Amino acid sequence: MIKITGADVFGKKTDVLVDGDRIKDIGDLGGKYADAEVVDADGLALLPAFVDMHVHLREPGQEYKEDIESGSRAAVAGGFSAVCCMPNTKPVTDNKYIVKYVKTRAEEVGLAKVYPIAAVTVGQEGKTITEMGKLKEAGAVAFSDDGRPVENAQTMRVAMEYAKQFDALIISHCEDISLAAGGVMNEGYTASEAGYRGITRAGEEVMVAREIVLADALDTKVHIAHISTKGSVRLIADAKRAGIKVSCETCPHYFAATDELCAGGDPNAKMNPPLREEEDRKAIVEAIKDGTVDAIATDHAPHAAHEKLSFADAANGICGLETSFALAYTYLVRSGEITLERLSELMTAGPAALVGIPCGKIEKGGLADLVLADLNEKYTIDPDKFFSKGRNTPFGGREVYGKVRMTMVNGKIKYKDGKIC
Amino acid sequence: MFKDFLQMKGVTKRQLETLLSSAEEMKRRIKSKDKFSDELKGKIVATLFYENSTRTRTSFEDACKYLGAAVASLDVATSSVQKGESLVDTAKTIEAMGTDAIVIRHSVSGAPKLVADSVDIPVINAGDGLHAHPTQALLDLFTVREHFGKVEGLTVAIIGDIKHSRVARSNMESLTTMGATVKVFAPPTMLPMGIERMKCVVCRTIEEAFVGTDAVMGLRIQLERQQTGLFPSYGEYSRFFGINAERMKLANKSAIIMHPGPVNRGVELAYDVLDADCCRKDEQVANGVAVRMALLKAILEEKK
Repeated sequence: MIKITGADVFGKKTDVLVDGDRIKDIGDLGGKYADAEVVDADGLALLPAFVDMHVHLREPGQEYKEDIESGSRAAVAGGFSAVCCMPNTKPVTDNKYIVKYVKTRAEEVGLAKVYPIAAVTVGQEGKTITEMGKLKEAGAVAFSDDGRPVENAQTMRVAMEYAKQFDALIISHCEDISLAAGGVMNEGYTASEAGYRGITRAGEEVMVAREIVLADALDTKVHIAHISTKGSVRLIADAKRAGIKVSCETCPHYFAATDELCAGGDPNAKMNPPLREEEDRKAIVEAIKDGTVDAIATDHAPHAAHEKLSFADAANGICGLETSFALAYTYLVRSGEITLERLSELMTAGPAALVGIPCGKIEKGGLADLVLADLNEKYTIDPDKFFSKGRNTPFGGREVYGKVRMTMVNGKIKYKDGKIC
Repeated sequence: MFKDFLQMKGVTKRQLETLLSSAEEMKRRIKSKDKFSDELKGKIVATLFYENSTRTRTSFEDACKYLGAAVASLDVATSSVQKGESLVDTAKTIEAMGTDAIVIRHSVSGAPKLVADSVDIPVINAGDGLHAHPTQALLDLFTVREHFGKVEGLTVAIIGDIKHSRVARSNMESLTTMGATVKVFAPPTMLPMGIERMKCVVCRTIEEAFVGTDAVMGLRIQLERQQTGLFPSYGEYSRFFGINAERMKLANKSAIIMHPGPVNRGVELAYDVLDADCCRKDEQVANGVAVRMALLKAILEEKK
């Protein structure tokens, strides 16, 4: 038994008793449960641990970037009890053996819960749909060709239609390759000045529109990954109003940064979709406020240093697990845009419901996936201290609030005060 | 003056004037009988061209020879993978051999800066991706100043593929630094996003580009830098976006035509202006050697 004392649960000082993987008792527990291990949470916020529905753990195949162990360490250090990993591994997670491998390896590591997402098409080649039934049985929680779009509309239509049988969620990486046209950053003034090929917003939006139209025509659901533009927000908001079953996620970098970070050619500011302009950033914040956005995901994409040397040649993606909560807390809650309750929903219950996995809940009988965070202490993001193998983030040196102090998974402490437990 | 010469942004009017004055002297010298000097004797300059080039490379190498510096001309094929890594390694190798300066051209924007950040010797950008071509802008500036005796107050129109042109970007910087006005005109598919925030006025019609203009600069249609056709045909391009004698009548009296070369004959420049007196393209080539001499001298003497 673990007794967390004096924690701030959404503004109310509360004690929580954890027994097994559940919250057994909650409230002012006074001197009760004297034999329990005590965690003094005075001055710290207690939240359900976070769920990230979009990470890249790189295993199998690219362990030099990250592996399930390092990625799981990064997850619990960032306050996540569960992560869903994308299938662009080598080989691609398009068969039940790799799904089972990832799950087994994650259980051996025994830190965060890892839920594999399987590919929509075999080899992520956009041609033949995968064995969604078998993959779901093996433990895949969703399907995506993330990193690459399903270019052919008919293939996507077949995938979405077939997925209905298994109530499987398709997550679409929206990018029209012909429009993206070899660009390396957002198309706009900053790219034009620096002489970098631009990526038009239309490249994302054209495919967002396509997925919405397909979901409507097939009366099925679809989830849009990492939205970054004002136009995507408008399309999804309109579709939701029309009753179309579309959901979406965005990432901290799309509300905490703009393409101005790319002006100096920092390879760590390169990602796909790219950082956009202030107008887009504001639209993303509004979408988070008004409910258009269903989840905040990190798109955690670690790379090795030699893959991030010069901007034009650099691999796309940034590390996100260990900065997500602090960036979200600082730029959304502390700045007064949303409440901590709403942020908690976006980082835990929202994504968990979309992929259909359990998550922590602070109530009697609730799952004890919990996180303690210090909301008042300002600290500086230091990539050299990441548990991830990746150091690629443009947020190094940024001052933020919301340091994760402790992460509990299934009632067991997995991270506390800078150490993996 | 400065360690590296990577872009026009940040170069002051005073620095440009110093370089231009020095280049005037160099040009006089090249035209005289006694064109060789030993000012940079004992120096080695490496030219590292990852992209094809005739005039820029030869121009730099001639400039070195006129000043007495030795040239190490490296033939490098464009590598497609891990360019960043191998590029830095190559540059460090060249430095380790005792080379005094590197002149680099690369198809990737920012490549010269990557090199400059990783070696101690001076790096001169001979053109990088869509980003900058500062020595071309310097010779264009020299050409304008030579013809008009000044740059301030003049209007220069740049016509052509602005979106894919490092020449246009560098010229916008240097010309406006010197007090000229820059106008641009192109098919909408060849204008970069955010052009309205760049240092130029965007013309809506080709007539606007010529009226009141002192120098008209045509840009090469960069077939090698385009993915899909951004214009339907050469014939259509020259008809609606080309520089010809008829349109030159709209420009100011002593207006000149410039072009960084190589010209697609009959496309950017019509046959009726290609060899006209007002077309300074060959003079630009001559000026290229002079300004590069001035630049190499300034940078390598600084190092002493």
